[in-house]
Amino acid sequence: MSESDAPLLRAEGLVKTHHGEGAPAHAVRGVDLRVRRGEFVAVTGPSGAGKSTLLHLLGGLQRPDEGSIRLDGERADGWSEARWAVERRRRIGIVFQFFNLVSDLSVADNVELPALLAGVPPKKARVARRELLAELGLEGKERSMPGELSGGEQQRVALARALVNHPPLLLADEPAGSLDSRGTREVMRLLSRFHQRGQTILLVTHDARLASAADRVISFFDGRIADDATLDAGPPPRRAGASGVLELRD
Amino acid sequence: MRLPLLALLARGPAHGYELKQDLEQVLGAAYPQPNVGQIYVTLGRLEKTGLIEGEAIEQSSRPNKKVYHLTEAGHEALRAWFEETADEPRVRDEFFMKLALAPQTGLADQISLINRQRRQYLNTMRQLSKLAAAEDRDNRISHLLIEGAMLHLQADLDWLERCQEELEELQ
Repeated sequence: MSESDAPLLRAEGLVKTHHGEGAPAHAVRGVDLRVRRGEFVAVTGPSGAGKSTLLHLLGGLQRPDEGSIRLDGERADGWSEARWAVERRRRIGIVFQFFNLVSDLSVADNVELPALLAGVPPKKARVARRELLAELGLEGKERSMPGELSGGEQQRVALARALVNHPPLLLADEPAGSLDSRGTREVMRLLSRFHQRGQTILLVTHDARLASAADRVISFFDGRIADDATLDAGPPPRRAGASGVLELRD
Repeated sequence: MRLPLLALLARGPAHGYELKQDLEQVLGAAYPQPNVGQIYVTLGRLEKTGLIEGEAIEQSSRPNKKVYHLTEAGHEALRAWFEETADEPRVRDEFFMKLALAPQTGLADQISLINRQRRQYLNTMRQLSKLAAAEDRDNRISHLLIEGAMLHLQADLDWLERCQEELEELQ
């Protein structure tokens, strides 16, 4: 298989057990997953199903007990911490539920930092930052500190930071989990927009509204994939579907 | 359709086609467009029961049109409508019956039923998201309608999740 035919992300036989106090928690129990370039995949399931652990394994934030991970055909599960840290700047962008911005850096610095760390010249980093913030409707907020922004704005900054180095893969872990309904819609709209431009996205969420922005939804239960469904792109069938739900009866 | 038409007529007299347009304007593009024939039929029935009265207006180049207004009985019916609270939404009866009865038939598997039903809900959710994106941003009523439908669907999906958690343990 040549590199370009390989799925962007491929996991096989992933297993992760957490050993804390009490009985061991089997968070991920044998997961096979392929994500093709340009796909927008959502993983949904109840809290505690292990979906965040799965995302952490795929982003190198935790190590699997068993199984393999390939990024662009390249074996990644043997990478060192340092290598993962580099790849999380170059090839994998991540956004989290609680934004994880650096609280004593300005919005502009939060976004430019990963570019500078990846060796992008300061001038170019500034241009990239300016473009992304404009795109995300955050002009004029460059000098603000994260704590001065609303949750929705902070998540947009986090999205800009995750995308500033144009990573082929974006991982999003409950990106609307701490946002209100309006913030959720905003995140949904932005993820859809980046996806339409070709961004590959793997989204973990318990929110079905957010998940429905994806074109493939994986249902995760008890550490396993229970269902893997491609959503229709076509128009709704007559009567059933959306118009059936919306029809108000006398 | 009866009471919404009465409600529109509370503002003042109107003819059938105007009422259709008013309804579309208030509810937005997301709401399934009312059929004009259905509106005329409903107006006929409302007139027969004395809730509205029609007056034929002559038009020079077209057939006469009928302009309707609310009667006192119509006002009363409308007041009573606003007085009442609406029924709660119902649990998905048919799916529930399938889920409850599947095991003893040996013909269907509960988890497959849940998975299939979830796919349908997710597809509908996706259509609703698209409708919301296409709808005029300023039409709040329409957005609230779509959001209401999405939240109901979200609740149904949460319930499917609970079914799956409970029933998978048994398997």
